Amino acid sequence: MTVHKEELGSGEHDAADGYVPSQRRLDRERHKRVRARRATAIGALSTLVTAVVLYLVVVGAPGWPRTKETFFDPGYAREAFPKVLEGLWLNVRLLLVCGVAVLVLGMLIAVARTLRGPVFFPLRFLAAAYTDFFRGLPLIINLMIVVLGVPALRLQGVTVDPVLLGGTALTLTYSAYVAEVFRAGIESVHPSQRAAARSLGLSNRQALRYVVLPQAVRRQVPPLLNDLVSLQKDTGLVSIGGAVDAVRAADIIVGRSLNYTPYIVAGLVFVALTIPMTRFTDWVTARMDRRQAQGGTA
Amino acid sequence: MSEAPVLRMESVRKTFGGSVVLRDVDLEVAPHTVTALIGASGSGKSTLLRCANLLEEIDDGAIWLDDEEITDPRVDQDAVRRRIGVVFQAYNLFPHMTVLDNITLAPRRVHGVPRAEAEARARELLERLGLGEKAGEYPDRLSGGQQQRVAIVRALAVRPRLLLLDEITAALDPELVGEVLTVVRGLKDEGMTMVLATHEMGFAREVADQVCFLEGGVVLERGTAEQVFGDPRQERTRRFLRRIVEAGRL
Repeated sequence: MTVHKEELGSGEHDAADGYVPSQRRLDRERHKRVRARRATAIGALSTLVTAVVLYLVVVGAPGWPRTKETFFDPGYAREAFPKVLEGLWLNVRLLLVCGVAVLVLGMLIAVARTLRGPVFFPLRFLAAAYTDFFRGLPLIINLMIVVLGVPALRLQGVTVDPVLLGGTALTLTYSAYVAEVFRAGIESVHPSQRAAARSLGLSNRQALRYVVLPQAVRRQVPPLLNDLVSLQKDTGLVSIGGAVDAVRAADIIVGRSLNYTPYIVAGLVFVALTIPMTRFTDWVTARMDRRQAQGGTA
Repeated sequence: MSEAPVLRMESVRKTFGGSVVLRDVDLEVAPHTVTALIGASGSGKSTLLRCANLLEEIDDGAIWLDDEEITDPRVDQDAVRRRIGVVFQAYNLFPHMTVLDNITLAPRRVHGVPRAEAEARARELLERLGLGEKAGEYPDRLSGGQQQRVAIVRALAVRPRLLLLDEITAALDPELVGEVLTVVRGLKDEGMTMVLATHEMGFAREVADQVCFLEGGVVLERGTAEQVFGDPRQERTRRFLRRIVEAGRL
């Protein structure tokens, strides 16, 4: 960014108004360039040193040859990769379906919590209890209860499919988180916006729908995406019920071979899947910050 | 005042927590007249306007809009607000909508006006206020004066019976005040009934048919602009106006 500015500055040297930069300015710019070059050099050097030290520590560790064999075996990696990728398709589908369900359910709960009037008390209460409960309950326990507990009931007509049940558990927990994100967004919209809407004759519901929610959702895009990235990883937890996703696919090979390389492969695949999403989140956040900086919204 | 008043308040009382903000306030606003509420900050001007629009619930007394008691709990508050336009000090435009959408929201969603018709009227009003090119802009791209004029258009778009203006120039840079006041002058000429809370004494003196001086939630003095500004009866009104003159605001 700074480099860009300096270029702009030097481009001005032959500006149309006949401006000639002073010696003072040229000295200043040269000094900045020297400093920038030095900073880059120091950065590169320290990165190199860190890398070498890390390498020596890991490779020089007494158990390294053994660890290398069990965690970084190219043969097992090649074997695991296609299976893991196949399993990953299940994670992606889970993410898509649960993501949509979470957004819808989260929004409904958030709106329920903001309803006023005594008629809605039970709804408000339920919504509050729901978010409190599912935000507090560890996801892994939630999954175990739903994925293992529900089939144990042997209810007629209720699925025992670990994927469906796992997806349900994920949706339960994540919609509680997302509801809080939406609620924070709704409360962050200044009351004067609602007052303006009401003064135009909009009903409470119309004010919420046309004025408050669109602003709330827009503001909450970065934290929402953050929760979706998190959901994406946690789809891997449905493997505890036996569903063959990327993690379970790795698990199967590990169980057979007693070599942990497939886990590393599965882990890297998840990272590769989340990076685009994380970058997208950063990009959206940065873009929104820029818009905010351009002109505040009263 | 031969015609029935558009707005009538009788013995209105309003408290926030322990403090009394409006005490025994009476007010009558005749059709096609302008009423200016003056007084120091915290004297109750804004609260009075918010009560008239039912944005605040009054504790006692009653308010009528065209002979309908709007403080009756059985009344449809949304229907009442549809007949009253409000312009706020901080504009309160909707930042996520273009100027045109800001203006057509209420006509379309509340009054069921078809989009094309609502937009045509919005454009016509914008044109008249010199904002014709701004229809597609977002509010944060406009100056304060432009935003406030859009807010006025938004309030007018539903053809209100009464327009409430709450210190609409207080947040503006001095050089932008004029363009907004010009709009209000134009509305007066068209016969719009208005109640405005203001610190612009010169303007109040010029446009108001009736001036009310509030202090401590009480209407201390009321009369024609000429009388209140030229020959105030109350000592405290005189003191307030003297301070205003000293501050160079009159």
